[in-house]
Amino acid sequence: MENNIALELRNITKRFGTKVVANKNVSLTLYKNEILSLLGENGSGKTTLMNMISGIYFPDEGEILIDGKPAVIASPKDAYNYKIGMIHQHFKLVDTFTAAENIILGNNEPYNLKVVNSRVKDIASKYGFDIDPKKKIHEMSVSEKQTVEIIKVLYRGADILILDEPTAVLTPQEIDKLFTILRRMRDDGKAIIIITHKLNEVLAISDRVSVLRKGEYIGTVNTSETSEKALTEMMVGKKVDLKIERAIVEKKKPLLEIRDLTVNSDVGNVAIKNVNFYIRGGEILGVAGISGCGQKELCEAIAGLRPISSGAIMHEGESIVGMPTREIIKRGISMSFIPEDRLGMGLAPSFSTTDNMMLKTYGDGRTPFVDRKSARERAKQLIKKLGIVTPSTETPVRRLSGGNVQKILVGREIESSPNVIITAYPVRGLDINSSYQIYDILNEQKQKGVGILFVGEDLDVMLALCDKIMVICHGEVMGVVHTDKTTKEEIGLMMTGSLDKSEIKEFGKAKDSHLTDEQWNDADKGMGDNNAN
Amino acid sequence: MFTSILVNAIRMGTIFLFGCIGEIFTEKAGHLNLGIPGIMCIGATGGAFAISIFGTNVNSALLVFLSILFSMLFSGAAGMLYSFLTVSLQANQNVTGLTLTTFGVGFMKFFSKRIYDQKLFVSLSPAFQNLFGLKDSTNPLVQIFLSHGILVYIAIIIAIISSLFLNKSRSGLYLRSIGESPATADAVGINVSLYKYVYITLGSAIAGLGGLYYIMDRSSGTQIAEAAIDSFGWMAVALVIASMWKPLLAAVGSIIFGGLSILDAMLKTMSLSEQKIFAIFPYLLTVIVLVLSSVVKSKNTQPPAHLGLPYFREDR
Repeated sequence: MENNIALELRNITKRFGTKVVANKNVSLTLYKNEILSLLGENGSGKTTLMNMISGIYFPDEGEILIDGKPAVIASPKDAYNYKIGMIHQHFKLVDTFTAAENIILGNNEPYNLKVVNSRVKDIASKYGFDIDPKKKIHEMSVSEKQTVEIIKVLYRGADILILDEPTAVLTPQEIDKLFTILRRMRDDGKAIIIITHKLNEVLAISDRVSVLRKGEYIGTVNTSETSEKALTEMMVGKKVDLKIERAIVEKKKPLLEIRDLTVNSDVGNVAIKNVNFYIRGGEILGVAGISGCGQKELCEAIAGLRPISSGAIMHEGESIVGMPTREIIKRGISMSFIPEDRLGMGLAPSFSTTDNMMLKTYGDGRTPFVDRKSARERAKQLIKKLGIVTPSTETPVRRLSGGNVQKILVGREIESSPNVIITAYPVRGLDINSSYQIYDILNEQKQKGVGILFVGEDLDVMLALCDKIMVICHGEVMGVVHTDKTTKEEIGLMMTGSLDKSEIKEFGKAKDSHLTDEQWNDADKGMGDNNAN
Repeated sequence: MFTSILVNAIRMGTIFLFGCIGEIFTEKAGHLNLGIPGIMCIGATGGAFAISIFGTNVNSALLVFLSILFSMLFSGAAGMLYSFLTVSLQANQNVTGLTLTTFGVGFMKFFSKRIYDQKLFVSLSPAFQNLFGLKDSTNPLVQIFLSHGILVYIAIIIAIISSLFLNKSRSGLYLRSIGESPATADAVGINVSLYKYVYITLGSAIAGLGGLYYIMDRSSGTQIAEAAIDSFGWMAVALVIASMWKPLLAAVGSIIFGGLSILDAMLKTMSLSEQKIFAIFPYLLTVIVLVLSSVVKSKNTQPPAHLGLPYFREDR
């Protein structure tokens, strides 16, 4: 076994400034022919540790051994020389270049794209990738971009591959494909470290699992000898209940009713087509669908950020179409959308937690001066309530880890006590503990009588959390199912469009609507008219 | 008439072309250098130094070479200073650039009073003009292609080489990747800071030649006007946008800009105020190109994605 060690970390410590210790005395061993999962909550120092192996950061203490010899990795170039390649969570690709151009970047080989293209194709066929080396990055899907990233490091002859949350943005089918490729690479003698939050993936792909908690190394276990529960306990440090309690709340009148809604996407084609649905108070309506099927456009249309082409959006019987966003917020409709890059929307990255708290309430003050004191109080409460890890309320949010940023965003939305919450991917990229905190918050709101539209990714979670699930496929509703009366398989079929329940039965029109049929007809005609009732 | 307009447009455009190619290199490295007008003044001053020092001692070919060398050394040094401030110290690029323009204009004003000798400069200016000795030919084709001074040809050669460099060479690819996404370039082991220093400095050195060309060729040594170079510098910056960061388009664009900017002088029958309205045409053209390229939204017509933003590896 001794000779098979690919990489060894000994007592690695990394600090940022004087206060933040990202990694403390971490030791780790990686063998050839294995896939090692690195597990830990948000902010537990996984990415920092991997960045030290790939030369982005330099460790303050400790040593790194490669093939048994001490190695100094001061820059990404050094990492490549040691045959280490990292696939970053946020892809490091030049958008305007082709795949081949990205692959040879920094490679110091003759600039001959013909040779590159054929070598790329060789690598692709060896491991089973699907790639067009002449395609430009900005024309590619997320999974294609990831393929380019992986081939880029393989092209440079990397033997140690590090993948930082590679599955966070992929569909289930794409994940399966990636895992097949990873196994093929492992069997080829590569050593692979994979960072992921999803425990089922950890169990499916890895040979061993190493766990970090708050920057410290907790231990390593063989995947075959562990379970989701045991891993969670190692990660969190205490027993956690993995069940989501679905609160039963008495039915209330519909809060938000949407009929025949059609919305265009940025490029002008139809993103949401003739959609009908309603949300009652005290109800969580899930929206399931393959990503990019109109979820973003739907959320933005309701929040007033995107003009609609036709249809009606009624809040407690009153049309909110054409209202300014401020007015919609005032009526208690709150939206939090977590985009793929997680920082893009809702928060100002260089603002502190306090300042971000004020972004939605700045208009409430009585004097021309901002009321930072009360905002700071609210920020403190939020930090305490959600367990946000931050040095202070005044630290810019971009310095926090992704999960903590998300908690601030979701927390702020709820803090304004809305009556309708629209939340898209609120747990995207979050670890288990933080995810459950978010679910708890949503359940709590539901019990208070808030209507929630939950756009999600993980069907298991949605089945447990939501009361009903609306399935959309290419902007059209395939049906609304009660979570008690459906299965994951059925929803899966609807997501791909193979099963269309809307053909059998009409969905999405509440019997106890605020408006009569006649009024609805008028509302549809008088789109954009605020005096519909 | 047409030949004479075109010939003058090419000659006028050469000033813009030098500044524009220099700025394209700088912007491809991700830096917006608004110091180009100042750098052109500094380049002119450097050339003027060489002329006043060596003017009567060396033959004309060597003099041209030395003044080009001095001009590039001076403006290159200014580019190096800009690099130090914006790359190493991460100073704000806009502020640094504008300060450099103010500095450069003042630098030229200060030294030109001391080194400029009109008689000497005028007598030496033919060395910069009329490279092939065909200036007085009556053949329009010869007039258009073979009647110019050496710096006109240098500018066009630089534009062609720059285009090949950026699009066909490995270093060009690396340079473009830095302007688009320095984090990507860094992650694959490209020395981002080194590249920025080299190409910002080189770009400034090229831009500086525009100043030398203006005083020795375009105005035949009769004047040493920093205010004129200042305004030409801004035209060069506008030309970068109008040419969509493509050196060959910049060469064509420089002739159009050149033509538009001499139009006012050609319309002698008009009043001064009417003439001046034509001076806005190059900027109007830039606005039109900006609008069109924004409407098209093709990635090929956009500025480098990371233009104007500082890069620090450990920043999150």
